[in-house]
Amino acid sequence: MKYDVIVVGGGHAGCEASHAAAIMGKKTALVTANIKNIGDMPCNPSIGGTAKGIIVRDIDALGGLMGIVADKSHFQIKMLNNGKGPAVRSLRAQADKVTYPKIMLESLQNTKNLDIIEGMVEDLIVENNTIKGIVLEDNKKILCKALILTTGTYLRSKILIGDKNKLEGPHGERRSKYLSKKLKELGFDIIRLKTGTPQRIDKKTIDFSKLKEELGDNEYLTFNIENEVFYNIEEQEKCHLVYTTEKTHKIINDNLNKSAMYGGYAEGVGPRYCPSIEDKIVRFKDKERHQLFLEPESKYYDDIYIQGFSTSMPEEVQEQMVHSLPGLENAKILKYAYAIEYDAINPLQLKPSLETKVIDNLFTAGQINGTSGYEEAAGQGIVAGINAVRKIDNKKAFVLKRNESYIGVLIDDLITKGTKEPYRMLTSRAEFRLLLRHDNADLRLRKYGYEFGLISKEKYDKLIEKEENINKLINYLKDNKINKKNITPVILNVMNIDSIETGTNLYMFLKRPEISIDLLLKENIIPEIYDKEVYNQVEIFIKYEGYINKELKEVEKLLKLESKQIPNDIDYDKVHNLASEARQKLKNVMPTTMAQAARISGVNPSDLSILSIYLKKEYNKNE
Amino acid sequence: MNETICAISTALGVGAISIIRISGEKSIEIVNSIFKGKDLTKVNSHTIHYGYIIYKNEIIDEVLISIMKGPKTFTTEDIVEINCHGGISTTNKILEILLTNGCKLAEPGEFTKRAFLNGRISLLEAESVSDLINSETEKSRTLSINGVTGNISNMIKNIKDKLLPISANIEVNIDYPEYEDAILLTNKLIKPVVEEVKQDLEKLLQESKNGKIIKNGIDVAIVGKPNVGKSSLLNAFLEEEKAIVTNIAGTTRDIVEGKYNLDGIILNLIDTAGIRETEDVVEKIGVNKSKEIIEKSDLVIFVLNYNESLTEEEINLIKELENKNMIVYINKNDLDKQIEVELINNKNIVYGNTKNISNLEELKNKIKEIFNLEQIDTKNMNYLSNSRQISLVNRAILALDNCLEQIENNVEIDLLAIDIKECYDLLSEIIGEAYNDELLDEIFANFCLGK
Repeated sequence: MKYDVIVVGGGHAGCEASHAAAIMGKKTALVTANIKNIGDMPCNPSIGGTAKGIIVRDIDALGGLMGIVADKSHFQIKMLNNGKGPAVRSLRAQADKVTYPKIMLESLQNTKNLDIIEGMVEDLIVENNTIKGIVLEDNKKILCKALILTTGTYLRSKILIGDKNKLEGPHGERRSKYLSKKLKELGFDIIRLKTGTPQRIDKKTIDFSKLKEELGDNEYLTFNIENEVFYNIEEQEKCHLVYTTEKTHKIINDNLNKSAMYGGYAEGVGPRYCPSIEDKIVRFKDKERHQLFLEPESKYYDDIYIQGFSTSMPEEVQEQMVHSLPGLENAKILKYAYAIEYDAINPLQLKPSLETKVIDNLFTAGQINGTSGYEEAAGQGIVAGINAVRKIDNKKAFVLKRNESYIGVLIDDLITKGTKEPYRMLTSRAEFRLLLRHDNADLRLRKYGYEFGLISKEKYDKLIEKEENINKLINYLKDNKINKKNITPVILNVMNIDSIETGTNLYMFLKRPEISIDLLLKENIIPEIYDKEVYNQVEIFIKYEGYINKELKEVEKLLKLESKQIPNDIDYDKVHNLASEARQKLKNVMPTTMAQAARISGVNPSDLSILSIYLKKEYNKNE
Repeated sequence: MNETICAISTALGVGAISIIRISGEKSIEIVNSIFKGKDLTKVNSHTIHYGYIIYKNEIIDEVLISIMKGPKTFTTEDIVEINCHGGISTTNKILEILLTNGCKLAEPGEFTKRAFLNGRISLLEAESVSDLINSETEKSRTLSINGVTGNISNMIKNIKDKLLPISANIEVNIDYPEYEDAILLTNKLIKPVVEEVKQDLEKLLQESKNGKIIKNGIDVAIVGKPNVGKSSLLNAFLEEEKAIVTNIAGTTRDIVEGKYNLDGIILNLIDTAGIRETEDVVEKIGVNKSKEIIEKSDLVIFVLNYNESLTEEEINLIKELENKNMIVYINKNDLDKQIEVELINNKNIVYGNTKNISNLEELKNKIKEIFNLEQIDTKNMNYLSNSRQISLVNRAILALDNCLEQIENNVEIDLLAIDIKECYDLLSEIIGEAYNDELLDEIFANFCLGK
């Protein structure tokens, strides 16, 4: 058997990678140990969240699956940070853990060029430092031109509950025993990471009357850019808020040495951004209580997920902990919380394309690269899928810049800074978040999706039309004025004045904090002839123009630095006077541009000046 | 390869010893060729040797030679220092001999430039060191040394530390909108912090103005109609023994006529062409130039004659210069009074007679009073001493101004975070914690790299 592209693993990275490669016309195989686990959500029952929701939009803009599958399978959706600026708004949906994987599997089964193969991969075929194929457990060989590893937490995984451990993956699935050993032999630097998941509680045993309800938004929201709606606002499920109590904290403190983490039973490094409850209580002693969210996993079964209560305490302590929560005094635990340790590769061994530096045509995406989260995985998956195809076709790698997408920020962080803990995306990781908005994903990325054949001509034409309409509207606002004649009593009232003397163009007028484009539409100052989205874009652009321009100026600086290439034959030992830490870091990362070098922690401005001078002296000689 | 450069590195004519510094690949070889004593090419690094400078078989001076081999030197190149006897003529003679034997005269700051380009010192240190080298009085030297030892850095770091918790809190509010773990920041809570930081920066800027005076001195434009006695006033200053140099060529200023050390502060005295309405083209250029000088100066000394009536031009010009620091110096007070003092709307009027030097005291006191020179304390200097740093502080203040304006407009906190971060980054740049590629480009534009 021979394929162009093989993807190993059917999680969120694997789904996007195999889908993208197949749609781009390559004969593709998705190899997974258990077809039932394709698109599985082994941890929280939600898709999106701060920054993550924007990644989902970006995947949708590029032509990926996650957004539309989430739209079709959630039972609650809301816009986070609605009270803040447009840059940090982000969607989060409670996706049904039964429906989401089902729709994902169907989507993949309906994808042309894509075969789904069940099997455990235990070896890789490598010739001349180039990947040639895989060997399954039954010794069956499958050859390929490019391979994408998206093994998630299954590499040498170990489940930890208190002092007990089991050598298996999530859901009691078999783990991959030999693959990480093989990767190590090939020259990969293997790191050990840890993550965790909280208890699942039987819905019927919770007294919800004691808890505060958390509802979905009262407005139709979608990840997919076409705004196609698959749910009914009225039928959204509720989540609930619960607080830890003094009793909870005492139980945890009294039993700390029994926790896998604090008892010294774990070796992996866990994420600071998604800490276990014992971590939170130890680190923030003064906090009297912590918030927990009760989230239904599915409409089709009764498990309630306790967001924020992940722990590696033994089962009997978990019983006490759960029963110390108001409303959960008699709750029945259906699944105990556990920590999971797994192997990952050091992402510094990756190129910006997600191809490994160690083996040609071998790509990796998702948790194997040290990230955490479904969205982070899927974002890497689509990029790895696209780049595997482009590598086969001898095309230049597709690299999203930090000013283009959170996916670009994610990959650049990974390959430049590496990671010691599972990497979770945060808005604060992006320096240009006002440019990387939820609302402009299509304007940023659709063109790429279309170029790669992942976005249809029809959708692309819509984008072009939208761009044109945005420009038309901006010109209209610049060319037309508000003055004594057309101003209305309602507008005067909003402005808290009796009349205006001199007119001003509508563009400048919209910059006033009290004036909105909605108001101008309602008062018939501007015609209502475009999509809502067009007005929205123009309003954001005008209102935040000052700040947007500030960021664009910074982008310009960045791009200038990005354009300063560092030749890959550079010998850092010959660059005199670099600080030794900086020299070591530069050798490890081997940045391709000055901009990337500047982002390496431990490489100081003085090191950068020295490097820059060296480059000028050594490489500009022949100018 | 870099040429071997040399320069006199002590103030010429001051002190008993002068030092000539030579840096570059051939420095030891060149000095050895004019030295009678040990073979300098064979001595250990970082040693001192006694001997004579010989030229055409003639002993020029008895000297001590310090040999410092790279890379453990200031420029990282081989450096030789010749300690010779301090007279101007001897020192100049040795310099000449070095130049004839293959050294190139160093440009101002070239040693520092090499130290920076060879990665020996950071840009910030380069700035400070070059300030140090260029400083002309003890007060300005103290200021530069403070720059090197990082008083400024600590101060800026403290200011940055006030912004950091705000930024961090905003980020937590954005990334964890549903969690109550951090207090929810509001514009009202952010405002006092931003205001406080702005005040800190404004104070720093104000103090830096004093720093500028210490480092660069006070530019004084001497103004008046032709033949009013401007040159006499200038000469009166320069005839005093404290006058340093006259007619310095090649400085950035067009016509620095003289420098005067006023209790540790340098007065850069600039004579201007007489200002009057004219149709004569050549004279007009001179007049325009004068106006430019007046514009840039820190202080104008307007010279009038006691025994002459004010002209309309004089009255107009005095009016025009209302907003400048100005002293009206009424000269020739030994003659009969004709001047209409009541028409001069200026409280800083000094009478004098340039024929009698002691009359300058009143003028000098007036200058000290205007610039508050008695109050300037170099001991606890935390002043920014160069224009790049000052302009960065100005930009940081602008970012905070914008932030305060947007706070009033009820702009969301995640946008205010952009202003706060901008301010933070600019402050980092001042103390060399942020990499600025443009700055380096600028240096490359000005420095010729040996290719």
